[in-house]
Amino acid sequence: MSPLVLIFLLLALSSAAYFFSQRRMLRQTRNANVARLNSLPEHFGTLGAIWAGAPALLVYFVWLIFEGDILMAQVLAMLPDPESMAATRELLIGDIRNAINNPMSYQMASEEVRMAADRYHELSQTATLALTATCLSVFAICSALVLKFLTPRVRARVRVEKIIRGFLLLCSTLAIFTTVGIVLSVLFEASRFFQAVSVTEFLFGLEWSPQMAIREDQVGSSGAFGAVPLFAGTLLISFIAMLVAAPIGLMSAIYLSEYAPAKVRTAVKPMLEILAGVPTVVYGFFAAITVGPALRGFGQSVGLDVASESALAAGFVMGVMIIPFVSSISDDVITAVPQAMRDGSLGMGATNSETMRRVILPAALPGIIGGLLLAISRAIGETMIVVMAAGLSANLTANPLEAVTTVTVQIVTLLVGDQEFDSPKTLAAFALGLALFFITLVLNFIALYVVRKYREQYE
Amino acid sequence: MNPTKQIVSGLARRQRAEKRFRLYGLIAVVLGMAFLLLLFGSIVTNGYKAFTQTYIELPIYFDPAVIDPSGERNHQTLFSADYWKLVKTAVYQKFPQVNGRKERRELTRMISEGSAYELRDQVLENPRLIGTTQHVWLAADDDIDMLMKGYIDRNLPEDERRLNDRIIGYVDSMREADAIERRFNTTFFAAGDSREPEQAGILGALMGSFLTLIVTLLLSFPIGVAAAVYLEEFAPRNHFIDLIEININNLAAVPSIIFGLLGLAIFINWFGMPRSTPVVGGLVLGLMTLPTIIIASRVSIQSVPPSIKEAALGVGASRMQAMFHHVLPIATPGMLTGTIIGMARALGETAPLLMIGMVAFIVDPPGGFTEPATALPVQIFLWSDSPERGFTERTSAAILVLLAFLIAMNAAAVYLREKVTKRF
Amino acid sequence: MNTTETLAIPIPEQLDPPAVTGKVDLDLTTVGDFTVPDPRMKIRDVNVFYGQKQAIYDVNLDIGSNAVVAMIGPSGCGKTTLLRCLNRMNDTIDGCRVEGQVEMDGKNVYGRKMDPVLLRARVGMVFQKPNPFPKSIFDNVAYGPRIHGLVRDRTDLEEVVHTSLERAGLLDEVKDRLDQPGTGLSGGQQQRLCIARAIAVSPEVILMDEPCSALDPIATARIEELIGELRKNFSIAIVTHSMQQAARVSQRTAYFHLGYLVEVGSTKDIFTTPKHQLTEEYITGRFG
Repeated sequence: MSPLVLIFLLLALSSAAYFFSQRRMLRQTRNANVARLNSLPEHFGTLGAIWAGAPALLVYFVWLIFEGDILMAQVLAMLPDPESMAATRELLIGDIRNAINNPMSYQMASEEVRMAADRYHELSQTATLALTATCLSVFAICSALVLKFLTPRVRARVRVEKIIRGFLLLCSTLAIFTTVGIVLSVLFEASRFFQAVSVTEFLFGLEWSPQMAIREDQVGSSGAFGAVPLFAGTLLISFIAMLVAAPIGLMSAIYLSEYAPAKVRTAVKPMLEILAGVPTVVYGFFAAITVGPALRGFGQSVGLDVASESALAAGFVMGVMIIPFVSSISDDVITAVPQAMRDGSLGMGATNSETMRRVILPAALPGIIGGLLLAISRAIGETMIVVMAAGLSANLTANPLEAVTTVTVQIVTLLVGDQEFDSPKTLAAFALGLALFFITLVLNFIALYVVRKYREQYE
Repeated sequence: MNPTKQIVSGLARRQRAEKRFRLYGLIAVVLGMAFLLLLFGSIVTNGYKAFTQTYIELPIYFDPAVIDPSGERNHQTLFSADYWKLVKTAVYQKFPQVNGRKERRELTRMISEGSAYELRDQVLENPRLIGTTQHVWLAADDDIDMLMKGYIDRNLPEDERRLNDRIIGYVDSMREADAIERRFNTTFFAAGDSREPEQAGILGALMGSFLTLIVTLLLSFPIGVAAAVYLEEFAPRNHFIDLIEININNLAAVPSIIFGLLGLAIFINWFGMPRSTPVVGGLVLGLMTLPTIIIASRVSIQSVPPSIKEAALGVGASRMQAMFHHVLPIATPGMLTGTIIGMARALGETAPLLMIGMVAFIVDPPGGFTEPATALPVQIFLWSDSPERGFTERTSAAILVLLAFLIAMNAAAVYLREKVTKRF
Repeated sequence: MNTTETLAIPIPEQLDPPAVTGKVDLDLTTVGDFTVPDPRMKIRDVNVFYGQKQAIYDVNLDIGSNAVVAMIGPSGCGKTTLLRCLNRMNDTIDGCRVEGQVEMDGKNVYGRKMDPVLLRARVGMVFQKPNPFPKSIFDNVAYGPRIHGLVRDRTDLEEVVHTSLERAGLLDEVKDRLDQPGTGLSGGQQQRLCIARAIAVSPEVILMDEPCSALDPIATARIEELIGELRKNFSIAIVTHSMQQAARVSQRTAYFHLGYLVEVGSTKDIFTTPKHQLTEEYITGRFG
């Protein structure tokens, strides 16, 4: 029986337990002349189903999570000479996995790997049988316990609601698990990277050329992992993006909230929001196909040498992408300033622009700064636009007409394609990921704090 | 001095400043709109022609000697026959005046190599074709397609063009004979990826996106709603809950590529899940979408008037019952709106999918959650890298399809939201 | 005047206009003389609409020099709307339309040549809720002189700020902390700061829109005292909910009902011998 059939069987048995418990309670109540149950029959049904089915399902999932690793360990133990078959244990496991999952790889694999794959198949069949037996017997035992302990005197509703509450709590902790998962995964791989490359070299080194590291037979194959050019490139592009997005976003928010007639506002606002909904890959294509060549052509016509993958093109398009973000946050923040402030200033005879510049904007400044920080964090973490429109080679320059590369571009370049999980080249991506996560986390944290404090001020 | 006079003396200057400020705002809005127009304009003009494809009519003789020499109609024989030879013969017959190996090679290159499979499928479907001559419209090679669509400048010197004068001559002669024309490009919607632009389609990527989104939805919607319900209704005020809320808000702003790293390290390397598959992609995008859905669902629950909950509690319902029987049904449209918007974001997301290897070149549409697949935005990324003009055009067309889906989803979300606002 | 009785009846806010007792078709043409000998502003045949809804019907009223005119009436009677017509603050409300004439020095406030910026500098306003800017006390008062370019240098500015604070009766309380935020003051102090801010540009008229409704009785008493002082130099129009306040601070009183100016006259006459039935019913507390 395949695991998939088993889970449906368990679910079916649990629903049977639901109806059985429900009817049994009603019958017992009638026999014992109890005036009424303390909970609805559904609650008893649900409780019965949970008591009977949940342990078996738990066993099922725990088993499935660990089955692969345990079986693989057994297969490896059985192999006569695992070390000779591949460079590392991870690679060997990868080969065997491929042979198991993919018939093509199986045919191309070596004799030993095929044997291992066959052995894995056998073991996994046995394991599935064992799993079926275990799950069904757990279910049987639990059902017996339900028969014994589920009586009309059990406060079923309270218990069911407690279980549901636990489940809801579990769901809301997933956010924590995700964060922990992110931190652990980048931290773990990055620490392996820092065993090969020192932290100071990574943080302060001026040269980045990881490509050398894969040619291990060459002299001086360690590669250079100084991330400063990447940070500089990221900052340059983000800076250009903010130069485009901050004034346009802020001014259009001001115009739409203070000057535009209602009709214009209702028409233009959703259109700006369309810009926010366009996938970044589309912006990347736009930057690479339209903006990049146009800038290059323009540069040629005025005698400037503009790289086809210039920082300016990527930064400009990224700025366009961020405009609606800046605009909607500014709009929120500006409208949060009480009308009384406007009235006070206008009542003094100030013009609209004086009111905006001297009263509203200073009052809204913390919120706007928070919003801009969030926008910067977006620009720094943005990937597709720079992957498609910025350069690949690290170039430490402040000239926006040259090609620069960014942290995210390098992560993608290092991880797309064939990977070996022990080369510094691959691990470097996680070190960059760690840096990226840390920077954006700090920015987000400050920004969210500032914005929240600002909102509280006017609530 | 009289203050009124003083004010009047500064008025003109101040009104000019006011007009200037207003103008800056107007310029900003106009620029924003202009960028939007430029973006859509460049993609539409680049892409709309990809929905048609050039076809060439050829009288194909389904030669039994080539297809089925033994005459047994054996499936294997029919399957592996050399159908390209039929195409070649037909082209040579169409242009009997052309001789010489090089010239004849140029002739056959005008037809897409995929035509052989097209003919094969026709024969397998209807073996009675063998021995007959049929007028078949076959896809032209992408260079011919580009010529027909006007992307190749005939006025350029011959050696700077992708097509020489001879080939242009062939095309023109066929055009006069109505043997070449542009038709609706069904291949684009019915095929998977290919190295040849004229054979490449988005079906595989669409299937991949669809499967991925199903996993995303199954993960993020129930968990997101459950978390929102807990945080809004049952959570005690303590540091642990504060921690959860801070986490949710921060995760909403974590760059998507970081989620890709998480997927690569945890799901693929640690759990050993298969690379390049919709299930891993869906899980990663699900974790990424979760904060959006939680936040939207919480707002939606908050917007339910408290009187409704109090009414339920007042007739003796438990908090759980009040929540699930009365509050949630009212909050559902709002939650769905948030979910649709989250799904639209996930549909357009590319970077995390690159991390988990959904960038492979995959010809066949995926048949299940654990088969290697790619997704529509990734397909766009892959094609945008190809130098052929035909792929540029198809990239834009694929973007148009993606945008159409996104607009449809957002329209649905707006419709739902409007419906809700009317109720209260 | 029976004030204790009126106090006993709470004034409902934002309710539908009360049903008028007695005759169904009441005559709503203004009773009393709406003119004064030396008017600062003249309101003539003013109608105000919010979209389709009419809020003010054919109102005529003069704002006298160096005097306080109080506008009273039940909620929703249009007194605040009329007040905001005087310095065109209604312009900021979408869909608000004003017909008729509001004159200042013989010029129509709603005329094409009139610049609302200049008008508002000459007709200052104090709002219902104190609304100091989130700036220092000094900057709050200095705001008007700065934007209008009324001072040449810092010394001038300091002098204006000090005089204004002094006239608003606030200087002694805040002179040591002029650089502190204005939002940190108590409610009554904030309202006096707003008054100081308004008079810093030496307006000719000050409009006050229920300036004490957000304040406690002691702060209210101080503001009322201040209004008495300010009357010597400014013309004041005050909208108030409290009949006692109107009686205490004003020389003339105008009673509004459902957008009509029902009765106007000297405060003493209005409160002792009201001529119109509605006015009488209102001030005796039969509705409102």
